[in-house]
Amino acid sequence: MLSKTNVNAQTPTYSVGDTLIRCKGLCKSFGKLTVVHDLNLAIRAGTCFGLLGPNGAGKSTTLRMILGQSPPSDGVLEVFGKDIRRHGRDIRARTGVVPQADTLDPDFSVIENITIYARYFGLRPDVMQHEIEELLNLVELSDRRHSRVSTLSGGMKRRLTIARALVNDPELLVLDEPTTGLDPQARHLVWALIHGLKRSGKTIILTTHYLEEAERLCDNLVLIDHGHAVARGSTKELIATHCEKAVVEIRDTLNPLQKQAIENVTTRLEYSGDTTYAYTSDLTRLATAIDDLKLEQVLHRHATLEDVFLRLTGRGIRD
Amino acid sequence: MNRPWQPLVRRQALAVWQRNFLVWRKLIAPSLVVHFGEPLIYLLGLGYGLGLFIGKMAGMPYLAFLASGFIASSAMNTASFEAMWSVYTRMVPQRTYEALLATPIEVDDIVVGELLWCATKSTIAGCAILIVAVFLGAVSDLSALLSIPLLFVIGFCFGALAMIVTALANGYEFFSYYITLVITPMFILCGVFYPTTSLPEGMQQVIQFLPLTHAVALVRPLVTGQELIAPLQHLLALIAFGTVATWVTVILIRRRLII
Repeated sequence: MLSKTNVNAQTPTYSVGDTLIRCKGLCKSFGKLTVVHDLNLAIRAGTCFGLLGPNGAGKSTTLRMILGQSPPSDGVLEVFGKDIRRHGRDIRARTGVVPQADTLDPDFSVIENITIYARYFGLRPDVMQHEIEELLNLVELSDRRHSRVSTLSGGMKRRLTIARALVNDPELLVLDEPTTGLDPQARHLVWALIHGLKRSGKTIILTTHYLEEAERLCDNLVLIDHGHAVARGSTKELIATHCEKAVVEIRDTLNPLQKQAIENVTTRLEYSGDTTYAYTSDLTRLATAIDDLKLEQVLHRHATLEDVFLRLTGRGIRD
Repeated sequence: MNRPWQPLVRRQALAVWQRNFLVWRKLIAPSLVVHFGEPLIYLLGLGYGLGLFIGKMAGMPYLAFLASGFIASSAMNTASFEAMWSVYTRMVPQRTYEALLATPIEVDDIVVGELLWCATKSTIAGCAILIVAVFLGAVSDLSALLSIPLLFVIGFCFGALAMIVTALANGYEFFSYYITLVITPMFILCGVFYPTTSLPEGMQQVIQFLPLTHAVALVRPLVTGQELIAPLQHLLALIAFGTVATWVTVILIRRRLII
């Protein structure tokens, strides 16, 4: 399975298709509270894997376990074929992390943040100036190299964090909500970066709340809720397995008769606020029915990952 | 984690030390003003002002007595403040340790690196007073140079003690307890301002359990050229405090960060 011919640091030890992260029966409890329950994962090298779930589902805890920052309570967890309990340091040496919160060093400039981070990996920033320049170019921060971190926008900070995470030329990238809090421009730039990194052969594991982001970036997903994996597969598979093909969103207030008429031609109706969501696999039939009802505020669309997410985790608010 | 019970001491701790050193170097001007300005005011104000009335204390000019005491107490203060306010800032609001722990750096490297930095900063602060004292004519012997490595040990010891408090802290307010209940009493009682022999008998026993007593007992004779009394005993006391405190700190910080 593993191609163990590590010729030089540029050649990943793992080739596309090998299992890079393997969890079996992974559990994490804090006292009586179980945050991750019997999680099984096989993440393949060269793919982008998404961990989805509402707040408090156990996503960040899972990432912390993968990085050796949180000892598993039970189960097997191997990264690069190594047991996380014994080889956390080796695993982190080959991994780049973009944490959810801003952990940039405010006492340093843009470029100093990268050089000091290289030192933490035991690298010598003085002999890797070329690589550091390339990283600054990649994240489009070359002209801000001497700026203080506090003067950067949210998007720039996130890009700098990504550059910092790449300083050890990692095989695995762990991105914990990489675009949360960014404006659309900044978000698209980060997505482009992630796409590029994926193309360059890096394995990526990311958590996100933005289901559009997961659809765009992730080859495979697992949906976690209350520490349990509730669904897994590619976006297409998840939609095919767990949701009807089409959705019609209706903003009009429906009287009982109208409601009944729609119910007859749908598999499922859901209500959220003033909107009725009608799910169906036969859009033509539903569309005809809605036309007959002369409703005005109607939106036809394909089912998305968001529909799967809401179907499986419910519409209740999580804090 | 399969962690040993003892702190892991590795070369990687130096990367943490280096981070702090680079930040310090950036802010060198204000920190040197503090390091030199504060003792200068204290020594001129108290040393000359009180010295005029006191004359000699323990066989030396009061200025020399006070200066040698301040060298030890400033090492204590510098390390304590660094290990509380600065370490807490890096650990909690600034999330520097979170960034560090995503690299091959371990919690133990962070603690050891921070303590080495506390020790370094104490040495710098102590040396600043030493230099001021030389210019004020309060230093009479070359043996004063021996106090420099000693300042490093003192800084490490007090840094480790203060970091126990940091490991348990939920905010900066928490540090007031330690300052008021531990640091200030040591500053007043452990021989900085007057010989400990003038304390009541029982109190003299108690202060043997306070590390600053041992720090002053070593620094003063070295700086003022007097005879050292039981130097090994005092040194061992400091090392013992430092070792036990480092051990406790490592375990507490591990528990706090690796959950």
